[in-house]
Parts: sequence; C-alpha cells; structure tokens
Amino acid sequence: MHTSEHKTPLIRLAKREQMSPAAQWGIRIAAILLALVVGGLVIAISGSNPIAGYKTIVVGSLGKTSAFRQTVKNFIPLLGTALAIAPCFKMRFWNIGAEGQITAGAMCATYFALFWADQLPKVPLLLVMFVAGAIGGGLWALIPAFFKAKWGTNETLFTLMMNYIIIGFVKYLQGGPWEKMPRGSQQIAQFDSNACLPKVGGVYCGWIIVLILVFLMFWYMKYTKQGYEIAVVGESENTARYAGMNVPFIIMRTMFISGAISGVVGFMLASGANNTLYDGVAAGVGFTAITVAWLAQLNPFAMVGISAILAILEKGADSLQTEMQVPASISDIITGVLLFFMLGCEFFINYRLIFAGSGKKQENKKEVGA
Amino acid sequence: MSGLEQVSAIRLQGITKRFGPVVANDGINLEVERGQILSLLGENGSGKTTLMNMISGIYFPDDGEIFVGGRKVTIRSPKDAFDLGIGMIHQHFKLVDVFTAAENIVLGLDGKGKFDKKAVAAKVREISERYGFDIDPDKKIYDMSVSEKQTVEIVKVLYRGADILILDEPTAVLTPQETDKLFAVLRNMKADGKAIVIITHKLHEVMAISDKVAVLRKGKYIGTVNTAETNPQALTEMMVGRAVSLNIDRPEAKYRDLRLEVKGLTCRSLEGVKTLDDVGFQAFGGEILGIAGIAGSGQKELLEAIAGLQKAETGSVLYYPPHPNSEIAGYHVPVDRNGEELLGKTPSQIQKIGVNLSFVPEDRLGMGLVGSMGMVDNMMLKTYKEHKGPMVDRKPPKALAQRLIQELEIVTPGVSTPVRRLSGGNVQKVLVGREIDSNPTVLMTAYPVRGLDINSSYTIYRLLNEQKMKGVAVVLVGEDLDVLLELCDRILVLCGGKVSGIVDGRTATKEEVGLYMTRVGGGKEEA
Repeated sequence: MHTSEHKTPLIRLAKREQMSPAAQWGIRIAAILLALVVGGLVIAISGSNPIAGYKTIVVGSLGKTSAFRQTVKNFIPLLGTALAIAPCFKMRFWNIGAEGQITAGAMCATYFALFWADQLPKVPLLLVMFVAGAIGGGLWALIPAFFKAKWGTNETLFTLMMNYIIIGFVKYLQGGPWEKMPRGSQQIAQFDSNACLPKVGGVYCGWIIVLILVFLMFWYMKYTKQGYEIAVVGESENTARYAGMNVPFIIMRTMFISGAISGVVGFMLASGANNTLYDGVAAGVGFTAITVAWLAQLNPFAMVGISAILAILEKGADSLQTEMQVPASISDIITGVLLFFMLGCEFFINYRLIFAGSGKKQENKKEVGA
Repeated sequence: MSGLEQVSAIRLQGITKRFGPVVANDGINLEVERGQILSLLGENGSGKTTLMNMISGIYFPDDGEIFVGGRKVTIRSPKDAFDLGIGMIHQHFKLVDVFTAAENIVLGLDGKGKFDKKAVAAKVREISERYGFDIDPDKKIYDMSVSEKQTVEIVKVLYRGADILILDEPTAVLTPQETDKLFAVLRNMKADGKAIVIITHKLHEVMAISDKVAVLRKGKYIGTVNTAETNPQALTEMMVGRAVSLNIDRPEAKYRDLRLEVKGLTCRSLEGVKTLDDVGFQAFGGEILGIAGIAGSGQKELLEAIAGLQKAETGSVLYYPPHPNSEIAGYHVPVDRNGEELLGKTPSQIQKIGVNLSFVPEDRLGMGLVGSMGMVDNMMLKTYKEHKGPMVDRKPPKALAQRLIQELEIVTPGVSTPVRRLSGGNVQKVLVGREIDSNPTVLMTAYPVRGLDINSSYTIYRLLNEQKMKGVAVVLVGEDLDVLLELCDRILVLCGGKVSGIVDGRTATKEEVGLYMTRVGGGKEEA
C-alpha cells in the first residue's frame, strides 16, 4: 500500500477569482429557480400539482387586495427588524434578542396606550408611544451590551435569554395587572382608537416608516462617523482601540440603536397590527429577520426584496392550506429549501470545484499588487 | 541507469499551483540529492512555502509531477508525505504545551499497546547524540525556549524516519548563537545522508549553510546554482531580477534632542506575568533607536504602553517637544517643555501630541489597518473625527490616498480596493505613509519590512531616514540584526521584558547584540 498508487482526489476545491456582478446574480437566480424546482417536487409528493401550487401562493398573497394587505403586514416587521439588527451584525455583535427587544418596545408603548389614551390627543399619544417603544427596546438591548462591553460576556446567549425574560413578563402582565375587565380572559384590552396607528392604503402606516428606515439605515451605515466606527469595531477591536475609538461605548450605543428600532417595530405591531399586546407579539420575527439580514449581506435595499419574498411565502402558505388542502408545513419546507439554496449558492460564488481528469483550466493570469 | 549516477531524493517537474487569479507556482522544477543542503531562496510571495507545502501534502498541485527516490508519487495528505520520508518543520510550531518533549514526539504515531516512555526517551537520546542535538525528553514544552521547541520539532520528524527534511525559515526566531548551533546539526544530518531543503531569504545564511541554491521569483523557477560559485550580489539579482544596492544609509541629523524618557516602566499581562520589567531608556529626535530581542521579549508591550494602548503598572514616559528650530516644531498641541507625562493619557490624546504608532503586528492587518476597507477609509482611521457634524468627509482621505499612491508607488487597482487584496509591501506603504503624513514627532514602528520584497524594504528604510532627518524620534522594532546594525543609531536590546543592553549601532557587532538577547534578566530560560 504505497502512496504512489493513490489516484488524484476526485473533487477538489479552489478559490475563485472575483466574479463579475452579473455572473454572481446569474448564480443566485439559478439557485432560486432550482429551489423552486425542488420545492415543486415537495408539493408534488404531497399530492398536488406544483404549478397550481405556486400559482396559489402568488395569487393568494398578491392577487387580491385583502391578501396583498396581509402580505404587507407580514412584510413590515420583518424588514424593520432586519434593519434593526444590521448594525449589530456589521459590528459582529450577534444580537439574537430582537424578539425580546420587540416585545419590550411593544410593552412600553402599550403602557401609554392603556393608561394615557384618555389624557392625550391622538398624534401626541402616538409620538409618545413611538418614543416609549424605542427607549424600551433600546434599554432592553443595552443590558447585554453593557455586560459585553464591561466584562466580555457572550452576547449570543445573553440576548437569547433576555427574550424569555421579557416574554414571560408580558405573559404576567397579560394575566395580571393589565388583564382586561372582567378578569379571566388572560388578555389585554383592545387599544383605544386614539392609540392605533392610522391606515394608509389599507394597511397601518408602518410600511411608510420602515421604507424611510431603509434609506436612513443605508445612510447611517455608509456615510456617518458612527457607521464607520461600527465597521471598524466589527473588523477588529484592536484596530478600533488603536484609532482612539471608545469601543465599549460604541458597542453600547450601537446596541441601543438596534434595540430602539426593534422597539419601534414592537410599537407598530402592538399599535398598528394587533391593536393590543400579547406575549407572542413578536411571533418569531426577531429570528427570521436574522436570515433576512444575512441573505441581504446587510444591505438595506436587498433586505426589502428578501423580506418581500418571505412575506409572500408566509401569506401564500395560508392560501395553499385553505384552497388546496396542502398543509402549511409544506410551505415552511419550501421556505427552508429556498433559504438553503440561496445560502448555498454563495459557496459556488466563492469557490469552484475541480473534478479529477477534467483537464486543464484556462486561467486568467492577472495579479493584484507587486 | 548506471550505478554511479546519483538518484535524487526528491525531484519536482513542472509543478503549478494557482489560487484564484494568482499563480503561486508556475511550472517549477527542482531537485535535491541525498547528503545535500538546498536553499530555496526567494522574496516573500515568490512561492517558496507554497511549493514546500505541496511536497509535504498540505496543498495538492494543479499540475506537474513529484518523484521521490526516482519513483513518481502522489502526495495527498501530510500522512502520505510522512510515509515517503518527507518531514516539514513549519515556522509556527505545532506542539502541545503541557506535554513533554517525548510525548510530543510520539504524538499521533500508531504505536501498539502502551506508551513505553523509556524506549521513546532512549530513541530520542540516540537521535540527539547522533546529530548533536541538546534535548531533554522529559522537559515540558511550556518550559522550553523557542530554539528548544524547534529542536523538538526536528527530532519529531527524524523520529518518524524522515530522510527528506524541509525547514521553513528556521532562523527567523533564533539568535545568532542559536542559528550557529542549528547549522551544526544540519551539517551532521547532511553527513548522515539526509536531503535538506531550507527556505530562507537571508543571504548570508544561504552562503553559510547550503550546497546549492534554487531561486524562485514571482512564482517562477529562475535557476539553481552551486553556492560555492556564487555570491550575495549575484543571488540578489536572481531573486529581484535586476541589480540592487544592498547598502543602507545612516545619515547624521542636524538636531539631536531628547524626546522620550522612559523610566521604570512595568507592565503585566492579563495572567499577571510581567511583560515589561523596570524598563528605562531615552529616545532622541533625529535618531533611529532600534529595539532588538527574541520574539515576545516585551517589544509589543513597550510600544503599546507608550502609545497608550496598554496599561502600565508603574513607571513614567516623559515627552519633550521637538527642537524649536527643527522642521517639525510646533505642529502639535503644546505640552510641558519640562516633560509631559504620557502614561494615563488616552491613545487619541497621545496621538495629538505627535506620538504615532505605526504598529505592524504579526498579522499585519490586525491593528493598523482595516483589511476589508479600501485605502480611503483606512486613511481616515485616526482623523475621521476632525470633520464637524455626524457625517464622514471622504474627500481629504481620498486626496491623501491618491497622493500616497503617487509618492510611494503603491500598486493597487483603486483607492477603494480592500487593502487586504494588496500585496504585503503595498499594505506596508499604505500604513507607514498614513502615519508619516500626520507629521509625527515620535514614530514607532514594529517589523516594518517583514514580508516585504527588497525594493519595498529599501523604500521603508528611506522613509524612516527622512523622518529622522526632520528631527523625528524613530523607534524601530526589528528582527533582522544585520539591518538594525546598518540602519539604527543606537540599539536597545530587550530580554524577558528587561533592558539587557543599549549599544551604539555604529560600533556594535552582531555577536554582542546576540549575547544581550539571551542575557537573562528575569530568570527566563537560557538557550
């Protein structure tokens, strides 16, 4: 058994040279198409016609005004939260506590909705709720940031645990001090109409707020000093210290901003979408938004598209279930397949496979640098 | 084949390896015979390590053939390489700290039954005696000096029966005395019929140790010459591709005035170990002060403490403003003429005074620059706050980036290409260029030419000399003693966190500095 008898390995990996953007998008589109084919197989296995299935998803989410509005309602918190966690992720601070920050913001806004609605006119009340949501979410995010900045605690576990605390607390409020009269329903009362966000185009005006946020976040990350500091800290804390930056302060400030945006999303969910508060107000958006942010590679504009796709799939799943008796879990599988292919295609953008005996490759021999 | 003809130990034919668009090795031919030491010479980035990694099974060649003992082989993994008797000693040691030398040596071997300590120790001693190593099989790695650890790595490879040894820059971490010892061992191994390849870019070592020299340049094989028939100048020309002068200037500055006075500086690491122990020295404007020492003797901590990046336990660092007649007078915030204390100030306060740290740590992009950002964003790393308002102003850094590209001949596709994608020399120019542009009065730099080609290295020396002539106090942490002795006015030697000596660069010898490097100050091990 000597090595000279070994054959060349069957498959090898090689790092690719920088691909042209057109080719990159080509691969991404091919990945989405492939994902749709595989997703179609899943629908077929469950006993339905895949093409009819996709049609149901599209028509069911965009075809009718009411369906479209529901899709937009799914879209708003997803995009808002993805924007919220983008600066944290840019800083390599793994904030997976958006769920809790949304809940904290919703809770603080709800306090004013429940107890100040009769004392303030609509516009000032909504503004107060907006600010309360931002501060609530921001402070909730500040706690793990403070511990991270001061003692280097693990932010992933910390932010995750914080979710359960605040969700549990809202559950307590719901069945206790804030429970609606008469007691026993385990629910908080519907907000006074003064405390509900107005509708624009049939959907609460949160969609305008998040679209404005897209531009603000893009500007913040790219053109402000704070955005620059976030990028440097994310790359290397040593470099940031060397440049004279106050790293603990930057960590805390960024987390506060991130939590504040999540808190505003919470305020919009409570005031605009649900007109009340309950413990499941965030409904997993805080986690799905992580996927959105990553897939968009933290680019706010790409987040719009990806949030839209996920929102369409989510709404489409309902139609699939009601109209074709395909279980909603099939739609979850399709979403999963789609995410798998979209994340997987990044690998093929960065690497290429070389098969044994595939002959010589024509190579571009340009070199960068001396 | 006649019996007289020598069969080569290892022969490479047309080896090619590409990384994306970069061709790291382009059709390389190479041959090493038994009982021969071959130096593989080339500048950084010329493909030496890539080539050796293919022989030792870490990379797989895209093209070409490898013959061992005359037979064509395929090396797919380090294990395959071991089976063929090829052993590589890497620059970074791969040892388990809490194990003894003997335990490390047998680690990973498929021995049967239990670990027979005595037999292993006996065999280790036998190998040591045969080649003249100095090794204690029962000593723990964490108790060892760098050179002892290297010995363990070499014995480990020999223990496994390697007869083709590849050493990747083995002298980079050694003092001159330790280098001599290593070379004596290598000569013994050569006499025993081993084939040895030593990767290096130090010319005098090539001349001292090798029988043949193979030269690579930008991934291409230039040729092999007999060491006896060549000289450093000719080798440099092969390496660089044209004639270069190997002399370094050491001009005299007009003003030489006290700039920094360090007294009793003591720092501790997070584990509580003293990294700097009662360090005291003076640095003058118009002077290059070299700092020599074995890697990890406190160089990094010293520079960081002065720059405010590291907390000092005790001591003081007094700063004196430049000579009023010198070019650099009055650029910075006014400070106490009788000595301004720097300890306790923040890094940005210290920068405003004019003390700049152009720190180039081991991984080059780790501290001074942000690898994923382009030149423009890197230029404003320390100055982005000066612009008023919440926005960053990218115009001045862009202008600076363009000027540096012109003045320092930086090769980059554009000012927004991530600096990570530039070659080592260009990265270094970006960093040093930015620091110099802020008109420092103290310029501290560590390993500024590490990984640079000869041409870029001389550009950096020239820049440092220009700063010195302007009256700047230049502090240079270096590793190549030959360069330090040619460039610096004075050389401070650190050993175990203490100052073990300060010598005059014009009169000191390499041996003298080498002795100070190992002179025990803090009770650390002696090599």
